[in-house]
Amino acid sequence: MSDHNTMNLTLHVWRQKGPNAPGKLETYEAKNVSPDMSFLEMIDEVNEDLIKKGVEPIAFDHDCREGICGMCSQVINGVPHGGQDRTTVCQLHMRTFKDGDNIFIEPWRAKAFPIVKDLVVDRSALDTIIQAGGYTSCHTGGVADGNTILIPKPEADYAMDAAECIGCGACVAGCPNGSAMLFTSAKVSQLAVLPQGKVEAATRVNAMTEALQQCGFGNCSNHYECQAACPKGINVKFIAKLNREYLKAVFE
Amino acid sequence: MQILKSVVGRKVFMAITGQCMVLFAVVHMLGNSSIFIGPDGINAYAKHLHDLGPLVWIFRAGLFAFVAIHICYGIQLTLENNAANPTAYAVKKQLKATFASTTMIWTGLLIALFVIFHILHFTARVTPGVVQGVDALGRYDVFTMVVSAFKNGGIAFVYVVAMCALFFHLSHGIQSFFQTMGWNTDRTQCTISTIGKAVAFILLAGYAVIPISILASALIK
Repeated sequence: MSDHNTMNLTLHVWRQKGPNAPGKLETYEAKNVSPDMSFLEMIDEVNEDLIKKGVEPIAFDHDCREGICGMCSQVINGVPHGGQDRTTVCQLHMRTFKDGDNIFIEPWRAKAFPIVKDLVVDRSALDTIIQAGGYTSCHTGGVADGNTILIPKPEADYAMDAAECIGCGACVAGCPNGSAMLFTSAKVSQLAVLPQGKVEAATRVNAMTEALQQCGFGNCSNHYECQAACPKGINVKFIAKLNREYLKAVFE
Repeated sequence: MQILKSVVGRKVFMAITGQCMVLFAVVHMLGNSSIFIGPDGINAYAKHLHDLGPLVWIFRAGLFAFVAIHICYGIQLTLENNAANPTAYAVKKQLKATFASTTMIWTGLLIALFVIFHILHFTARVTPGVVQGVDALGRYDVFTMVVSAFKNGGIAFVYVVAMCALFFHLSHGIQSFFQTMGWNTDRTQCTISTIGKAVAFILLAGYAVIPISILASALIK
């Protein structure tokens, strides 16, 4: 690797030993970073250095590293998943940074996402919301024939757009109100347009919005910051759809 | 009543009460512009309104209830939202949120304070220096009262600042109403947002032109 290609960066990383420990930003140097590395690979290298120096490596969440699992969760320079549109941290490459850059790395911040350690937060509140109604009840048994239930293409596409949500929580991290309304609305909308999901649409929207409230998420006040932060580009039209489903449920 | 506690239900109440107040603001602005016809315009308009008798009080009570609901929920939701987001980022970039959307509670409270002053000033007429009298036809002389008030630069300034707060509040609030009622799609969002800002600007211009033109003509003389 030739030297002129690599860059030296200064990282300001949130370090916190445990859920109740006080945390603060620590500064680290990342030297000889290749522009072809992903952001997480860059942190891996920094961690190697820290281990050699006898410093506790930076804890962060990751899994598939191909942008589909929703595990990586870092606010980079004030933007969830970093500044590149529709990109998760693991798919963010170092070529989007310049030699000498200062990079601030912080965990998702919301009351409903308590910090476990460093950049790792507990996102099980999102599971609680799904458990409240983000499913369809159906009989188990033999596999049903394909195309037994016909779904028009526009509805199928709409549901797929909503189903793109990977549940990473960037919408909550970006929201000034710490609200998980975009996440909740994606699931409510996805199921509400499908024949299998329509049956329970009213109970679902009530149960899921109630769970959202009880998990300590804030209220949506239409900043639309979530849509901009979402690595999958989930549209706020789904929040309007959730509101519509809620009002329908009130009058049903 | 689940709807009064729900995350969406309370938003709906905020949206509907807010939008009714926007309708009131539009009608009030149109009524105010009768001042440009002269004393005959606005004095006659004021007399018509007062001749409605008990209807005026029913209307005022309804409007007051709307304002109260809007303010109470607004404060409650803001406190909850602040509690849900207790730790600030060391670095945070705003991607889509606007000055207007992030200052709703402050522009809202500013407007509430202004409304109290405005009622004391032109409705109850108990603030010092209000010129009261009747015109040649024996009607209450609103024209002289307003014109003499706005010749005072300080009062004109307060009114214009309050209308700027109203502009910011509505430039987020009007489009927000459509989103909350579920009448928004990705195709309509941009248009609705533009219309909301345009209505907010028309209200700003329509209201602020009165103190500004009166003060300007007083200064020129």
